Amino acid sequence: MKHLLGIENLNRDQIMHILETAVSFEEINQRQIKKVPTLKGLSVINFFAEPSTRTRMSFEVAEKRLSADSYNIAVSGSAITKGETLSDTALNLQAMAPDCLIIRHAVSGTPHMLAQIMDCSIINAGDGFHEHPTQALLDAYTIQKKKGRLDGLKVALMGDIAHSRVARSNIHLLTKTGSHVTVAGPATMIPKDIKKLGVEVTYDPKEAVKDADIVMMLRIQEERESGLMYPDRREYAKFFCLDEKLLSYAKPDATVMHPGPANRGVEIDDNIMDGDRSVILEQVANGVAVRMAVLYLLLGGSNS
Amino acid sequence: MKRKGLNITKVIMNAEEMERTINRMVHEIIERVGPKKNVAIVGIRTRGVPIAERILKKIQELEKVKVASGTIDIALYRDDFFKGLASPEVGPSNLNFNVDGANIVLIDDVIYTGRTVRAAIDAVMDYGRPASIMYAALVDRGHRELPIQPDFVGKAVQTGDNEAVAVYLKEIDDEDKVVVGEK
Repeated sequence: MKHLLGIENLNRDQIMHILETAVSFEEINQRQIKKVPTLKGLSVINFFAEPSTRTRMSFEVAEKRLSADSYNIAVSGSAITKGETLSDTALNLQAMAPDCLIIRHAVSGTPHMLAQIMDCSIINAGDGFHEHPTQALLDAYTIQKKKGRLDGLKVALMGDIAHSRVARSNIHLLTKTGSHVTVAGPATMIPKDIKKLGVEVTYDPKEAVKDADIVMMLRIQEERESGLMYPDRREYAKFFCLDEKLLSYAKPDATVMHPGPANRGVEIDDNIMDGDRSVILEQVANGVAVRMAVLYLLLGGSNS
Repeated sequence: MKRKGLNITKVIMNAEEMERTINRMVHEIIERVGPKKNVAIVGIRTRGVPIAERILKKIQELEKVKVASGTIDIALYRDDFFKGLASPEVGPSNLNFNVDGANIVLIDDVIYTGRTVRAAIDAVMDYGRPASIMYAALVDRGHRELPIQPDFVGKAVQTGDNEAVAVYLKEIDDEDKVVVGEK
C-alpha cells in the first residue's frame, strides 16, 4: 500500500491490519519520552487547504513522534494566492523530494489527482464531500476499544450526511467490517442514492437511535451551505439534537461519538457531549496512534 | 519467518540441554547482579520473551525475591527499515518498572549481527536512564557487525553465512530445541 486515498478501496484485512498496528503506537503516546526513531530522515508535508485543528495537529504529532521531519503549508501563505494551479504547486513540492504528502482540500478527488502526478505517498486528510479515511480508522479503533469488536454493531449516523466525508468513510468502513449502519437527518441532508452504500435510511432520529450500540453525530457544516438545508439552528436542534431523551432510545451502554468540531446545543447537547457515554476526546487521543500506524505502514518497507 | 524454508542440518541443543543451559545462565546472572538492587529482566520480542520468563522464574525461586520484568519490541528501532524489506510487524513494548537507575538484563534467543540488541538498547533508553544494561543470549552464532558482545551466553556455535539458527520454545513452538539449518 503506497497511498491512503480512501476507505472505499481498502479490504477488511487491510483495515484490521492498520488497527492492530495502531495498538503498539498507543503505548508510545503514554511514555515519558513520546518519540521513536522509526521514520528518521523522512520528509512529510502537511498541506491543509481548508481549516483544521484536530486533524492537522494530529498528523503533525504523529509525524514528530515517529521522528519524521514535518513541513506545513498554509494556503494563505502559499503561491496559490498568486494564482498558481494546484498541480503546479504539487510538481514544485515534488521537486523537493518529500516522502509523503498529507492533503486536505475542498475539492473531492484532489488526493487521487496528486497521487497520479507525484511520486511520494499521498494521505487523504479529507477531500470535499468524498472521504476522510484516517477519521474513519480512528473511529473504528475507538469503537473496537470500547465494544471489543467491529461486527454486528448497530450504528446510528446522524446529521448532514450529504456534505460529510466522515460519514462516507465511516459507512464504507463499518459495512466492510460487518456492522449495521442507519443514517438519519433532515431529508434535505440525505443523498438520494446513499442506500447503495449498504445503509438504512430514516428521517426519524428516534428510529435511527433505537437500540443503537454507537451513536455518531455529525457537524452541521455551515461553511458548506448546509445552512440552506434547514430553517435555522433552533429548528434543527429541536428535531435532531442528541440529548438525554433521544439517547434514551439507544442501548443503555451506547457510546456517543462526534468527529469534532461540535456545535454544542445544535447537533449535540452539552450534557451528552461532556457525559460519561461520550468518547469524543478518546477519539482525538486514538487519532494520533492510528495516524502513526498509517504513516508507518505506508512509509516503511516495500509492501505491507 | 526464519522457520520457513529452513533445511535442518543438525540439532545443537535438545530440551534437556536447553534446561541445563538456562539453569547455568541463571546462576551466572545471579552471581553478577546478586549484590545489585533494582534488577529487571527484559525479554526481546518474540523469542526472547519466554526465555526471559523462565530465567525470571528461576531467579525468583532461588533468590526468594521479587524481580521486575518486561518485554521490548524493536521493530520501530531497526536500522534496516528502508532496505526494501517488508515492514516488520510491530508489537507492544511493556516496561512497567522505573527504568531510571535499574540494572537491566536483556534476554534474546540468538545473537548474530548484534543489530537487534543495538536497537533494544536504544528502545530501553527511550524509557529512561538505566544504571546498567547487560545482555544474555541463548545462542551466539558469531558474525557480529557491531562492536557488541553478550555478557551471558548459553552456547556458542560456529555457523556459515548461508546457515540459519532457529530456536524452538515450548511456549511458542510446542517443543524445546535449537537447530542449525541451511537457508
